[in-house]
Amino acid sequence: MRGAFSSQIYAHISPWLMSWPGTFKMAECGASGSGSSGDSLDKSITLPPDEIFRNLENAKRFAIDIGGSLTKLAYYSTVQHKVAKVRSFDHSGKDTERDHEPPYEISVQEEITARLHFIKFENTYIEACLDFIKDHLVNTETKVIQATGGGAYKFKDLIEEKLRLKVDKEDVMTCLIKGCNFVLKNIPHEAFVYQKDSDPEFRFQTNHPHIFPYLLVNIGSGVSIVKVETEDRFEWVGGSSIGGGTFWGLGALLTKTKKFDELLHLASRGQHSNVDMLVRDVYGGAHQTLGLSGNLIASSFGKSATADQEFSKEDMAKSLLHMISNDIGQLACLHARLHSLDRVYFGGFFIRGHPVTMRTITYSINFFSKGEVQALFLRHEGYLGAIGAFLKGAEQDNPNQYSWGENYAGSSGLMSTSPELGPAQRARSGTFDLLEMDRLERPLVNLPLLLDPPSYVPDTVDLTDDALARKYWLTCFEEALDGVVKRAVASQPDSVDAAERAEKFRQKYWNKLQTLRQQPFAYGTLTVRSLLDTREHCLNEFNFPDPYSKVKQRENGVALRCFPGVVRSLDTLGWEERQLALVKGLLAGNVFDWGAKAVSDVLESDPYFGFEEAKRKLQDNSGIDIILGVFPFVRELLLRGTEVILACNSGPALNDVTHSESLIVAERIAGMDPVVHSALREERLLLVQTGSSSPCLDLSRLDKGLAALVRERGADLVVIEGMGRAVHTNYHAALCCESLKLAVIKNAWLAERLGGRLFSVIFKYEVPAE
Amino acid sequence: MRRHGPFHPRVHWAAPPSLSSGLHRLLLLRGSRIPSSTTLSPPRHGSLSLDGGMVNPPRVRESIGREAFGPPPASSDWLPARWRNGRGGRPRARLCSGWTAAEEGRSSTLGALLGRQRWLLRMGAGRFGAPMERHGRASATSVSSGGEQAAGGPEGRRQEPLRRRASSASVPAVGASVEGARRDRLGSYSGPTSVSRQRVESLRKKRPLFPWFGLDIGGTLVKLVYFEPKDITAEEEEEEVESLKSIRKYLTSNVAYGSTGIRDVHLELKDLTLCGRKGNLHFIRFPTHDMPAFIQMGRDKNFSSLHTVFCATGGGAYKFEQDFLTIGDLQLCKLDELDCLIKGILYIDSVGFNGRSQCYYFENPADSEKCQKLPFDLKNPYPLLLVNIGSGVSILAVYSKDNYKRVTGTSLGGGTFFGLCCLLTGCTTFEEALEMASRGDSTKVDKLVRDIYGGDYERFGLPGWAVASSFGNMMSKEKREAVSKEDLARATLITITNNIGSIARMCALNENINQVVFVGNFLRINTIAMRLLAYALDYWSKGQLKALFSEHEGYFGAVGALLELLKIP
Repeated sequence: MRGAFSSQIYAHISPWLMSWPGTFKMAECGASGSGSSGDSLDKSITLPPDEIFRNLENAKRFAIDIGGSLTKLAYYSTVQHKVAKVRSFDHSGKDTERDHEPPYEISVQEEITARLHFIKFENTYIEACLDFIKDHLVNTETKVIQATGGGAYKFKDLIEEKLRLKVDKEDVMTCLIKGCNFVLKNIPHEAFVYQKDSDPEFRFQTNHPHIFPYLLVNIGSGVSIVKVETEDRFEWVGGSSIGGGTFWGLGALLTKTKKFDELLHLASRGQHSNVDMLVRDVYGGAHQTLGLSGNLIASSFGKSATADQEFSKEDMAKSLLHMISNDIGQLACLHARLHSLDRVYFGGFFIRGHPVTMRTITYSINFFSKGEVQALFLRHEGYLGAIGAFLKGAEQDNPNQYSWGENYAGSSGLMSTSPELGPAQRARSGTFDLLEMDRLERPLVNLPLLLDPPSYVPDTVDLTDDALARKYWLTCFEEALDGVVKRAVASQPDSVDAAERAEKFRQKYWNKLQTLRQQPFAYGTLTVRSLLDTREHCLNEFNFPDPYSKVKQRENGVALRCFPGVVRSLDTLGWEERQLALVKGLLAGNVFDWGAKAVSDVLESDPYFGFEEAKRKLQDNSGIDIILGVFPFVRELLLRGTEVILACNSGPALNDVTHSESLIVAERIAGMDPVVHSALREERLLLVQTGSSSPCLDLSRLDKGLAALVRERGADLVVIEGMGRAVHTNYHAALCCESLKLAVIKNAWLAERLGGRLFSVIFKYEVPAE
Repeated sequence: MRRHGPFHPRVHWAAPPSLSSGLHRLLLLRGSRIPSSTTLSPPRHGSLSLDGGMVNPPRVRESIGREAFGPPPASSDWLPARWRNGRGGRPRARLCSGWTAAEEGRSSTLGALLGRQRWLLRMGAGRFGAPMERHGRASATSVSSGGEQAAGGPEGRRQEPLRRRASSASVPAVGASVEGARRDRLGSYSGPTSVSRQRVESLRKKRPLFPWFGLDIGGTLVKLVYFEPKDITAEEEEEEVESLKSIRKYLTSNVAYGSTGIRDVHLELKDLTLCGRKGNLHFIRFPTHDMPAFIQMGRDKNFSSLHTVFCATGGGAYKFEQDFLTIGDLQLCKLDELDCLIKGILYIDSVGFNGRSQCYYFENPADSEKCQKLPFDLKNPYPLLLVNIGSGVSILAVYSKDNYKRVTGTSLGGGTFFGLCCLLTGCTTFEEALEMASRGDSTKVDKLVRDIYGGDYERFGLPGWAVASSFGNMMSKEKREAVSKEDLARATLITITNNIGSIARMCALNENINQVVFVGNFLRINTIAMRLLAYALDYWSKGQLKALFSEHEGYFGAVGALLELLKIP
């Protein structure tokens, strides 16, 4: 009766116009895409190697997904970038306590990390792109390219000829589902619901810890409905032949409009009630008294049976769009009901980020399910096939055993320009859309102590939702940019191109901020965390892996020298006074945060501002964050017999201590303090990494080792310290054990929002309800 | 015999029995719903002229206020007015096409005639909120009728002037024993109680007056069922008012009414016993857009004088209610669409099809050689999935005669098929669209699984012949230019049919029902669709689901409405 497929997508639509920084527009191309009749290939374009197809030198494992209009290319590369490594000096003698010697050495090393690159471009450019890849590909070990999509066989010969790679065809749906699982697991805020008339239009879903089972409805030329039960188990449960191809084909017949995008554009301007027979047409005015909505469609195209009437193209296109969207939504609901599923993901070229179709599909799902089923869309829907094909080809590398993170610096945002905004203008220029994902060295999992993982939302303020807050923070980050650039240059005094790179960083991050002003939803829910992370990604992009390493080194040196004195003075205090002093110490150390503008302003203008000033702000003695704040606190816990797991960031973020730094610091403190020394030896004090490289903390994406340790040791108190981790994120996090969140509010605006003043203290102790 | 004019158009009224001219009956009804059978007077033939030779009655636009309608007729200060219709004269211009155009020709022969006088009272209470305009019109009708006093009918029946309701002092019809039966909805009688034997009998049988119609006004088609009594006694025949007779003759002696009204002769149910009367059930349809003409005809024929109750269902019962009232002076009894549909199906299935089975199925539906239409005995009807394909589609799960629910519906129905066909091929009739479809090849238009995969898509167990994308080939300009109108019609038919089958299958699965009955006029003369539904349901359910069809596919709503009139459970 019906079968439905996505593979044969004969779209020749311009791709999303992405305005990621440095958007590279192709040179004017003669062909505006000629759809299924064979694309005329333009060989004259030149591609800038540092923008698209990056890291081709190290690329391996290619996969390609060729749809009707868009090609998605995937490859795996290793990225070399500089990291600041810390290493203890070899302390043969006991002469390391000399005043001017740093506590450890920093060496900038080249580190190799794995990255996945996904590039989406119009089929028109496929030949030029293949040439480009051939020219830049150094790695010759690659012998095979995984290919999927309806166009895979059409371009098979071309690919084999150009790249001299053997084309392995992969099943379309299998790739799609593999890709879908991958993005749902690895990309936070991947899925969203679309609400046309609300602000924001996009409401992103926090990652569900259990993504299975779900229903995937792929609307290509036809519709496939697949129930996905596990990573490898899925079933085609149904489909429909009424899909994107019907909209396009029938639309072309009815309106003489040839292009899909133009049809959508027509539809967005039409009035379907001129063509459809509505309930009110059948019932007259009585529908109200009967409790019927007069605007419901009784019969699609029901009015067109009166042949003596002329119908406008717009109206017919709109009617067709409604007809198809409603039909798909209805079938999806029927299948969801049959399988007792409430999440339905939609993808395929009919959706492809088009607000018009997302709106009608959402409407239909809401109508037919009476709100019981949720229509979800994916930010990287267009890449699913390519991701899946890549994963199939890379099975021996076992990419699924790793966690991956979206690289905000290297990825284009969602729908920076909506496809229906003037498709005609874009017809002659192509744009490349990118997605880059970094392989995280260790898999990330939920903190086992989260009270309700599915409902955990790390971020305190949703800036997509809160326009005032958004405006404030975007401006705040813009204003802080100069300082960050300066700091970055200063961190690499020996580098000749530091200034140049820093400038590129500035450009890139500035552009990201501008994009986010226009499209706050570009990378999922906009939060302070995402702004901070994006900045870290951009800094890394231009080889500023740890601009604060030197600062931290110096501060740690000073603090280590102060440590014995601080501990001695604490020990003289009575128990109660000591507890207060310890907490104040934790908080005072927290003031030294280069990320906070209020603090960095003071610090930049007064290089001698330091410990004493922080002390004065809090009117008491304290120490610098980790050494003078955290370690005395930890020591106190150890003294009372508490086992402590001290978790620090895996990678650098601002001046936050990293795991590797914490190891050295602990080692140095152990040398001075027998309590810490014995605790380390007896494993009552464990230093682990969080898996994060952000000033904030997502408790649903923590290092697997940390999670295992938490479970193994039966942790019953969680202390979260710092504005990024305890206020911007996790302020509302509910845990199933006692928790203590403490921070100093270093931002006047936020302080005001929270009803306090700058440098107010948050000290939030929570006991879970019985 | 006399009666009052339709004092208020909203009243449900019925006429006294006609067995003797001396019989008067007073009927009083309240409320807007159909009177329950107990409130209906015994059947009698009303008078309706089907001739077209009527002039528009002179109108007296006069508002009649509450007082004009008088107190309840229990008191005697009202006058029976004589009502007649068929005043002769020039045919008036018709609004619309065929339906009336056809009988235009017959008009002169039918001639003008008079309705029997009846007593009719209405209780206006609770209905005075109706627009004055209507009051005025109702009154005007009475007046105008009254204005043509003593115009003799062909039978030479005595005519009494019709009195204005406003001055309705009682003027009993000559020879009529003043007798009135007043009933309210609860069926209580009051007033004079001289009742004839037959009337008593009739009352006992709770039969409404002839003519018996059931009307289903859909989005595209109006379905009308008409019961033609064949057991009319000589006495009855004599009593039968001419207009009623002419309706009978007109409807039963024609198979087409104008250019658009059609009687499905092959569907006629013969020797049916309904409410103790034997007769034939006729099935008539005409396009909904001719509804104004139909109403106009009702007005021209003074249909309202028959005091019959028009039981109507379908959305049009609501949409045209006002028109019936203001133009035709007819009060519709509106009935729930789905109730009627189910009543109709169960009833029609129970009476069979002139000795044959009503329900059928297709064996080997995909094989044009071996395909056979075979009777199906729906002895265990429940549970049943009922898919009614009209302009749109409604899907009901029926668990018992009174227990059903609407599962879902889709707007992709017969109206979509026909509408798209009109746009794509320029055809103008459903028949034409189907005829084109029968000659077309949808595989030129649709993209099949094998067009994409070269064969079956084994990974998902999809056969190569399955449609992957309806109209999918039409994305290509070359292919658009290569298809014929017939191909497009065929593809439209296949698309809509497949989709209905698919949704029906999902509903059957969700509701755990394995017999699916497809009804509705989309299936009329539409073997392609029926066979496709049969095949698709069987194939995709791996033989678990059975597609059933019914001979009277589109008429069940109308039948249900008729049954409601007759209070047949």
